Amino acid sequence: MTLRNVLETKKINKYFFDPVKFQVLSDITFSVKQGEFVSVVGKSGCGKSTLLYILSTMDTDFEGELFINGEPLTNNSDKDLARIRNEYIGFVFQFHYLLNEYNVLKNVMIPGIKLAKYSYEEIEHRAMEHLRTLDMHSQALKSPNQLSGGQKQRVAIARALINDPLIVMGDEPTGNLDKKNSDMVFDIFNAIVQEKKQTMLIVTHDADFAQRTHRIIEMADGKIISETNTLHRRSAPTDITT
Amino acid sequence: MNISLILNIALNLIRARMKQSAIAAIGVTFGIAMFIALVSFMNGLNNLLDGLMLNRTPHVRMYNEIKPSAQQPITLSDNYTKSNNFISSIKPKDRGKEIYNSKSIIAVLKKDPRIVDVAPKVTAPVFFNSGTIEITGVVNGIDVPAEEHLFSVSSYIIDGNVFDLASVPNTIIIGKGLSEKMLVKIGDVIQITTLRGGLVSLKIVGISQIGIAEVDNTMSYTSLETAQMILGESAGYITDIQVKLTNVALAPAAAKEYRSRFSIDAIDAQTANSQFETGSKVRSIISYAVGITLLIVAGFGIYNILNMMIYEKMDSIAILKATGFSGSDVKWIFISLSLIIGITGGLFGLLVGFILTKIIGVIPFETASLPTIKTYPVDYKLAYYLIGISFAVFTTTIAGLLPARKASRIDPVEIIRGK
Repeated sequence: MTLRNVLETKKINKYFFDPVKFQVLSDITFSVKQGEFVSVVGKSGCGKSTLLYILSTMDTDFEGELFINGEPLTNNSDKDLARIRNEYIGFVFQFHYLLNEYNVLKNVMIPGIKLAKYSYEEIEHRAMEHLRTLDMHSQALKSPNQLSGGQKQRVAIARALINDPLIVMGDEPTGNLDKKNSDMVFDIFNAIVQEKKQTMLIVTHDADFAQRTHRIIEMADGKIISETNTLHRRSAPTDITT
Repeated sequence: MNISLILNIALNLIRARMKQSAIAAIGVTFGIAMFIALVSFMNGLNNLLDGLMLNRTPHVRMYNEIKPSAQQPITLSDNYTKSNNFISSIKPKDRGKEIYNSKSIIAVLKKDPRIVDVAPKVTAPVFFNSGTIEITGVVNGIDVPAEEHLFSVSSYIIDGNVFDLASVPNTIIIGKGLSEKMLVKIGDVIQITTLRGGLVSLKIVGISQIGIAEVDNTMSYTSLETAQMILGESAGYITDIQVKLTNVALAPAAAKEYRSRFSIDAIDAQTANSQFETGSKVRSIISYAVGITLLIVAGFGIYNILNMMIYEKMDSIAILKATGFSGSDVKWIFISLSLIIGITGGLFGLLVGFILTKIIGVIPFETASLPTIKTYPVDYKLAYYLIGISFAVFTTTIAGLLPARKASRIDPVEIIRGK
């Protein structure tokens, strides 16, 4: 079975100009296939987050080519990019970014209402299902600030999944969580990849977390220095250090 | 664009900051209420003062002015056609103040479609005899039904009935000032001396008060026939023809036309009352200026609260953008937020303004000079309310626009990476 590329980059370069011109990313070329669970690791300052935000379409100030779902994303309007993010990309950040004005259920629903692919009732039902799989359905009508950190992150994951995105991007999604909650988040991601064939691209510096993903992309000084496919030796003991 | 979602988010943002939003809305309410109250009151006052003068003056008045002959003998001489002639020896001819051919002029005027009605009038200076003293005054001989139709004289009659003038011969209505000076009341008989020396006795059937002391001290009304009798003139004697037009704006043109058509002097209301127009205009400008100032202040209030909200809600804006809201969606969230505050505040403002004008409208306002006015005048007009709410919408949109643009330009990457 040949899986299509959901994400592809060609020679992405990015510069920071403040205070002096400085190249953050140089010639980043890689692709991610549907159903892959990819982690991006590297020391802080290596450009991994910068890369993620370029891939997320939120940062448009770069050179090179970016394809999402085969569509080239260059010179798209702000509106188009917003629609692409809405439909194809789910985000999980280190911080949960839940809106305190709304309850948990409504927080999960908002991107769905924005996309307006389903009726309100249908979106509500789907949001409830996502919360159920994350074991958060009993908290659905609570306000986000009544939840613990791990619970908030699970709600944020449900929000990322509401529109069945092609790819879920995470920026240190476990950065604020303890070991137990990190494991739980990993298990959720893994289940999504296994069951729904959705794609994960997670930037992390949590070595444990990265070890358990299918593919590790290691970056240093704005370049990809190594790619390791961990899928083949999942059962074998590993000695990779990151 | 998903309007209901955007409105929903705006409403929830307001709910989260209820107190500040309410204060911003109260600012608008106050501005609009003051604007409505001010404009309604000022215009009520304007209408009252205009009515005092304009309703009593005809739109066009035709009369005979005493003036020197335009053709002086020297201008008739061929020898001096190129010279500057300043010798004028022919004095004004004594044609009297009678309008010649008044009957046919009135008949022509009555057929003019622009004209509401025509009222002929005889004015004559007289002396009122009170004991040994003679008080100078004016007798206005009026065609009572026509005069009532055009100028509603009955509203200035504080005692008696104006129609008695027409039904009872040799009767007079005198100004309040005159009656007080002469110590007379309804039913008394007064004596009048004309300029030519004739002496006439008239019975008082009413007292009038216009509210201008100078007028009330000299003015009196009789029927046309009585006035002609006092002056010893025939039944066709008329000194003024007063015309009311369907639209007062037509008056200057009409006056010009009648002047050449009937070779008579004609003056329009605008020329006769130019100073009143200026006063009304200035008062209107002042009330609008104050209203707009109040609204601009309210606008700054909204601007402030929106700016504060945007700083507070940076995270929310960032995540909305990350999950698929475009810059213009975010802009509309904040514009609709501002509009919700503005429209809610504005509608309450209209209500409060209406209540305020109602209160002003029942405050007693009694002054000797304005006998028909019992409370402060208020002009209730839908237009003021429409202008008020449009102002509210306009200023709040402008006040919301700048912060909304700022919110739309927030870079989510900067916010999210900064955490």
